[in-house]
Amino acid sequence: MEKQIFKTDRKMPIIEADNLTYTYPGAEKPSIREVSLKIEKGEFVLLTGPSGCGKTTLCRCFNGLIPHFYEGKLRGEIRVAGMNVAEHAIYELAKHVGLVFQNPENQLFALSVEKDVAFGLENLGVPREEIRKRVDWALKVTDIYELRERPPYELSGGQQQRVAIAAVLAMQPEVIVLDEPTSFLDPLGAKKIFEDIYRLNRKLGITIVLVEHRLDLTAKYANRIIIMDEGKIVLDGEPRKILVSEEVHLMGIGIPKVIRLYQFLKQRGKDLGEPPLSSEEIAKKLRERLGR
Amino acid sequence: MIEAYDLHFVYPNGVEALKGVSLKIRNGEFVAIMGQNGAGKTTLVKHFNGLLKPTQGKVLIDGVDTREVSVAKLARKVGFVFQNPDHQLFCETVEEEISFALKNFGFKENVIKRRVTWALNLLGLTRYRKTSPFMLSGGERKRVALASVLAWNPKILILDEPTIGQDYAQKEKLRQFILQMKAQKKTGIIVTHDVEFVAECNPRVVLMSNGKIVADGEARKILTSPEILEKASIIPPEVSRIFLELSNIGFPTNVIDIYEAGEIILDFWEGKRREHV
Repeated sequence: MEKQIFKTDRKMPIIEADNLTYTYPGAEKPSIREVSLKIEKGEFVLLTGPSGCGKTTLCRCFNGLIPHFYEGKLRGEIRVAGMNVAEHAIYELAKHVGLVFQNPENQLFALSVEKDVAFGLENLGVPREEIRKRVDWALKVTDIYELRERPPYELSGGQQQRVAIAAVLAMQPEVIVLDEPTSFLDPLGAKKIFEDIYRLNRKLGITIVLVEHRLDLTAKYANRIIIMDEGKIVLDGEPRKILVSEEVHLMGIGIPKVIRLYQFLKQRGKDLGEPPLSSEEIAKKLRERLGR
Repeated sequence: MIEAYDLHFVYPNGVEALKGVSLKIRNGEFVAIMGQNGAGKTTLVKHFNGLLKPTQGKVLIDGVDTREVSVAKLARKVGFVFQNPDHQLFCETVEEEISFALKNFGFKENVIKRRVTWALNLLGLTRYRKTSPFMLSGGERKRVALASVLAWNPKILILDEPTIGQDYAQKEKLRQFILQMKAQKKTGIIVTHDVEFVAECNPRVVLMSNGKIVADGEARKILTSPEILEKASIIPPEVSRIFLELSNIGFPTNVIDIYEAGEIILDFWEGKRREHV
């Protein structure tokens, strides 16, 4: 791994992992192996890879669940917002990194949506007025303001997922890590959440790490894709470059159909130029080429 | 065969989840039930294995009213894999999890062994035979839940959101498996939001909204009708979105298959085709 010698002001890594290897208690093999990466402030990173590749495990290192909650054996170092994760408690890290889980039920416990969303802020001793403001904002952004008095366990899977996202949003962390956050949502609901996440990234400069299999829905929002396989990072780069690389096609990653069409045409000698990342982009290119 | 007649269901809290659903699913059919969150999809399929009984109307499985048989008895015929695997898993190892139902159904030891090995292999779980399901990733746990139901080889298989957390290779395996079921005249019902998966499988699509069926037909037709889909909070699949955008330059609007799409674009490009005929 290349060592950074000069620190520049322009770019500062908000997440920095150096040779990270982690083994769950009782497991024979490590779940992530020698992972080194730097994520800069304001990036939108899409983290993907085959089922069981270590994506979720890596995310758990970002907010200290590993090693503090899961224990096990952690080697190497990970720093988030300048803090060595192993040396800071989960509640300290939570001000900087919010994690939205795959399964919202693991995250929700209060008797009303509103209380669930306010919980983290109350624990940090945020003034009452400020809590009110932030909770209302988070509920509105995720479109669950109307559900604020309902108990989370009565809600549908999709609605619960929104509550989990709102709870993290309310903390206004610098980094939000989302582990397949829309898997229980219907497609329009999912699209809306992705657009909201993108807006948080663009407008508020919140760094986003999004774990997703469905690159067709998300590639266009990311400035970077990281692909893991068997506990290691195997590819890392710009979506337009990564998705047309030969390696990615050998990995069992779901390549967006837009890219597959683009490549099919290219093989037949029909070049559309820069690879498209959405149906709108490829349709535009095709219209320019084929329209009368 | 599954038959539902004017099915209504009201939850104890007063929410009316189904408001008169009538539907027939024949043996060997492959059906995707789609619709927005809270549309009543899961409530509907829970009637097919007797987990829920109609408040009004009736459900017949192979001619038998679900109110007249126990869930345990129906389960032999109708396998159900829940959306959230954690609602289903409880054993200490993956192997025990998969053999549990087989033991309950009274299968012989050697049959159980064979079935378990088969299911582990089919779902790429062999290396986790002795692992606790709770050590596995979300996607893997989902496959354990699926394996535990497939192992007893039910005639009707209901999968609630089977593709959540699954990568491309796993989804492809699932698709192959469902096609195989179809060839064996078994019935497969999936409840899903995954429009891309549905586009690849091309099943019959039943679209639900607000406790009712709002459309029922082949995937190719339903997934390319944005007005109908919007009612159910669904977006057309990628290929369909591209072709819908290009309809004003003469592209056909009923395409969901990527290979077909590629050929059509080529034809347009080479001037072999000007307009959809």
